[in-house]
Amino acid sequence: MGVALTRSAQWTAAGHGAKTLEVTPLNEAIVKEIMMFVESFIYKYPQEANYVFVEPLEWKTNLDPSAFGSGYAVSGTTVKSEEVDKNGEPLLYLSVPKIKIRSFGQLSRMLYIAKSMKLKEAQACIEANRNPVAKILGLDYNIINEKNGNSFVASVLDKMNKDDDPESEIKMKIALQLKQLDLHLLNHSLKHISLEIRLNSGTVKNDIELLKQFSGKGEQTVLESIEYTSDYEFSNGCRAPPWRQIQGEICYVLVKPHDAEILCVTCSKEGVFLNGGKTDDEGQINYERKGEIYKDLVTLLKEKSAIFSENMSKQEVKFSEQLQKDQPNKAPKEEVAVTHKTSITSRKSAQEKNRINLGRSQLTKRLEPSLNWRTSVSSKESRNTLRDTQVEKHGGKLEKSRSSLSPGRAQLIRKSVEKIEEIISDSSSESEEDEEQPDHRQEANADLPSEYWQIQKLVKYLKGGNQTATVIALCSMKDFNLAQETCQLAIRDVGGLEVLINLLETDEVKCKIGSLKILKEISHNPQIRRNIVDLGGLPVMVNILDSPYKSLKCLAAETIANVAKFKRARRVVRRHGGITKLVALLDCGKHSAEPAQSSLYETRDVEVARCGALALWSCSKSYANKEAIRKAGGIPLLARLLKTSHEDMLIPVVGTLQECASEENYRAAIKAERIIENLVKNLNSENEQLQEHCAMAIYQCAEDEDTRDLVRLHGGLKPLASLLTNTDNKERLAAVTGAVWKCSISKENVTKFREYKAIETLVGLLTDQPEEVLVNVVGALGECCQEHENRIIIRKCGGIQPLVNLLVGINQALLVNVTKAVGACAVEPESMMIIDRLDGVRLLWSLLKNPHPDVKASAAWALCPCIQNAKDAGEMVRSFVGGLELVVNLLKSENKEVLASVCAVITNIAKDQENLAVITDHGVVPLLSKLANTNNDKLRRHLAETISRCCMWGRNRVAFGEHKAVAPLVRYLKSNDTNVHRATAQALYQLSEDADNCITMHENGAVKLLLDMVGSPDEELQEAAAGCISNIRRLALAIEKARYS
Amino acid sequence: MNRKKLQKLTDSLNKNCKHFSKFEVKCLINLFYNLVGEVTERQGVIIGLDRNAFRNILHMTFGMTDDMIMDRVFRGFDKDNDGCISITEWVYGLSVFLRGTLEEKMKYCFEVFDLNGDSFISKEEMFHMLKNSLLKQPSEEDPDEGIKDLVEITLKKMDHDHDGKLSFADYEQAVREETLLLEAFGPCLPDPKSQKEFEAQVFKDPNEFSEV
Repeated sequence: MGVALTRSAQWTAAGHGAKTLEVTPLNEAIVKEIMMFVESFIYKYPQEANYVFVEPLEWKTNLDPSAFGSGYAVSGTTVKSEEVDKNGEPLLYLSVPKIKIRSFGQLSRMLYIAKSMKLKEAQACIEANRNPVAKILGLDYNIINEKNGNSFVASVLDKMNKDDDPESEIKMKIALQLKQLDLHLLNHSLKHISLEIRLNSGTVKNDIELLKQFSGKGEQTVLESIEYTSDYEFSNGCRAPPWRQIQGEICYVLVKPHDAEILCVTCSKEGVFLNGGKTDDEGQINYERKGEIYKDLVTLLKEKSAIFSENMSKQEVKFSEQLQKDQPNKAPKEEVAVTHKTSITSRKSAQEKNRINLGRSQLTKRLEPSLNWRTSVSSKESRNTLRDTQVEKHGGKLEKSRSSLSPGRAQLIRKSVEKIEEIISDSSSESEEDEEQPDHRQEANADLPSEYWQIQKLVKYLKGGNQTATVIALCSMKDFNLAQETCQLAIRDVGGLEVLINLLETDEVKCKIGSLKILKEISHNPQIRRNIVDLGGLPVMVNILDSPYKSLKCLAAETIANVAKFKRARRVVRRHGGITKLVALLDCGKHSAEPAQSSLYETRDVEVARCGALALWSCSKSYANKEAIRKAGGIPLLARLLKTSHEDMLIPVVGTLQECASEENYRAAIKAERIIENLVKNLNSENEQLQEHCAMAIYQCAEDEDTRDLVRLHGGLKPLASLLTNTDNKERLAAVTGAVWKCSISKENVTKFREYKAIETLVGLLTDQPEEVLVNVVGALGECCQEHENRIIIRKCGGIQPLVNLLVGINQALLVNVTKAVGACAVEPESMMIIDRLDGVRLLWSLLKNPHPDVKASAAWALCPCIQNAKDAGEMVRSFVGGLELVVNLLKSENKEVLASVCAVITNIAKDQENLAVITDHGVVPLLSKLANTNNDKLRRHLAETISRCCMWGRNRVAFGEHKAVAPLVRYLKSNDTNVHRATAQALYQLSEDADNCITMHENGAVKLLLDMVGSPDEELQEAAAGCISNIRRLALAIEKARYS
Repeated sequence: MNRKKLQKLTDSLNKNCKHFSKFEVKCLINLFYNLVGEVTERQGVIIGLDRNAFRNILHMTFGMTDDMIMDRVFRGFDKDNDGCISITEWVYGLSVFLRGTLEEKMKYCFEVFDLNGDSFISKEEMFHMLKNSLLKQPSEEDPDEGIKDLVEITLKKMDHDHDGKLSFADYEQAVREETLLLEAFGPCLPDPKSQKEFEAQVFKDPNEFSEV
């Protein structure tokens, strides 16, 4: 076993001192094997078991002397075995904590006695005796062991012949047994090692590529996204920086499953595990292992994401098939793909194809210079320079072919460079399908639909025809079902997009119109949109917006509206001045005397404005575009268009406004342009979509108090209330309830809603609605609940039960609103009884464990009235096991709102003496004292209230002084908030009961500040300040008295 | 021509031609006489633009290139088929040519495309008109195959009664569905750009005109 121990067992790399065995499965197995060997030794070889070791095995044990029974002499801290050697020395000698054992028999017995601890003992023994064989048999046997196997038997026989005494025979037998064990252990560990996973960069890459293909938005995909943290790949296929590669790490990937947060995963040779994630500031990765090691990425993800494993099992067959297909002949397949691509774009000559191949090989070559590794992790500038130099090196030719060959790759590079801007420039005010989905081209050998060939022919005529032929081909192409994906993709795959975009750059108006008519239709397809952007179609269309022909402008704007559905496209539109031009389109109706449709290419001005608004609507989903629209003077124009009565026009106009109203600037402008009036007017429209967008816009704008009043003054509350009753259209319902919620922040509006019986309707909406609706409904009810009458209405309509039921949800926004509403209801003692009966307080209390600070704070605020109004509040609070400790520990939070709310809860809890005692035991005083140095007035107020309440128990007053809470409190008196003053004065009054605190207050100039407070109109404040002064003064008098008497 | 006669002509043309104002009619008459040149009016001699002069105008002013189409446009203008465009024909023709309503233009274009005047556009006529519309690819065995195919595509698109030829009804229906097909077989109307230029040049400021 010597060899096994030295070679296989994994020792910690501690430099000095006793080495210990690492806790690895392999070591555990080895120790277990040895233990089993020793344990059974006494039965299998009773004779050899009595053999006395040359030297005792000695180690520190955890065994208790009392554990030893018959056969041992136990005295205090020492144990001697009754079994002795020839010289009368005991074979086992334990003197706590050291143990010495000199025979296998005793070893076996010891392990038997140790019972559950035997594994530990065996390990301690092995750790303390690094060379047990030498100790057992003597050094010469150890040497034999080190020699190789063949000579070993010979030398054993040799020895046996030489000295013929029985002891050496036994020795030999033991040596043979040990040798066997050693071999067994080595075999065993070999098995273990072979089980261990060895990943390499190739398999990892394949896995990731495959997963990528099955990722994206939608229910069918296994993941939302998976990407490397670094774009740079070393020549060995690794993406980890070199110093991490030494650790066997291959690459890091960011995985976004459908049902979990982004996972940062390390793929290393040992396996796949979660690491510490990306640190926010520098984008560096925290390489620390944070979880178990899994054998591959798929296993890890199956463990982490339920949806992944579910969808994976659906796609398992497909996935593994592809895996098999991919691995052996990946390269040839790629070749096929390239040639396919080139062959279908028939225009490309063979020469060009060669160039593409050249470009390809150079692209792969580019990966080689690994000295530049730093660029992959550091800033984008250096990456750019790297790229530039590469391009220079290979000449302009590469540049050209690259753009034509792999839009995907170029796009990837561009994307990463522009990522930073993207992050800041985009608001996600609507769920948009921004996800760039995997590009799936039609398989070359798959059965192509007949449309494909017809379209291919038409594209040929487009390319090779004069104006007349082109127009015929375009018109014919338009007759295909362009809403159908096969046709859309067919146009692209035969190179039609390039031609169509090319046509836009000609002077032929008819060709441009025909081309745009087709582009407008096929750009409903997300893939086509991206292709259009990749081919540079947007700048051309933006230029057409200047065209003198209105119908052309319209078509261009409509196409832009379709294409600009994703971030990158919106940015391109803005960068090419598209926003200004689109805003200019809105400026119609100035020339009221519109000429009759004099030319074929004319259309009504209203139509132009409509298309402009449509495009702006799409563009307005990016933050920077909102700003650009405003700067281009879009708001007054939109406001004017809002006065028209065409629904077609109103929907995009209101849509744009609603989208933009997320910005403060816009809300101010919307107010200034008197837009609210028209929004309200259009709430009465017949069109559901229009109603929805108007309600949405009101929802966004009603953050502002004046706007809320405007909505009421223009009579908008009644239509909103009546729209609540129509629950079929969920999108509209969500928008309407949202508007009701925001409007009900104003009290006058709530009164109106009550008149319109909206509160009853809202209660009815508490069940069987989607979450978007629920969030708003509950939010609205929460606002309504601020008034006594409404609380009664809600209780009477049975609103409390569904509200309490919603407390078990997981949606954060919903939880924040529900807790607020429940808290507001709890103000009413009668309602509180119902909440208590439904176990609502316990639910609220458990929300204090919610990871989201907003939910925590909101739940804590809601608990305050609950504790205030519950019968037997103290008993109720105590009944929550661990509840008080949980609350006290929340004082360690870093969120000011959470802290303030928790302070408020503690104030209420502390009203009960018994509970106050418990929280004092949980250390509430030092925690509160630690918070004292804050500038947040809200926190100050509640903190001071809590402190004054907590002073009521034991020596807490003194303890606050000891924890230096008094001096900061005095400073609170300098705050501008009367509430803070009142709470602080009360706290100081309580604290001043302790003489030391009085001294501290006096030192910090409390007296002067308090004297000012005495003059306050607030009576409570007056009283507390006066009381505090009197305490300080009394102390001073007492001292003076003591001094002179 | 004396002033009185000119005035009478202008009035009568203006009455029958809604698309031009009186001033514009004057301008066109003026232009016509400028183009024809100072030919003294005699009895029995028709004053007008002959085929070549007219084709020249079409080519130079409106950028038309297709000989056949230009010939057909001449025939479209030359209502009385006397091989020369009179002042009346000139003004009437231009009124459709420049300002015509969709109906007028459809009628005009159909006449242009109906080469043999049998009220149908046959396959052969289409082939004839489209034969130069595709780039000849040397690789193809039959250079006309593309054209034939294009004719088939056009028929499929426009021949609603499936009789293998286009009647005016077919044509009208197709154009109403897709205005781009108005000039389906070749440009026989001015493109908007040259139209604008022409109008700007001819209908100059009235004050300027009176000075001239």
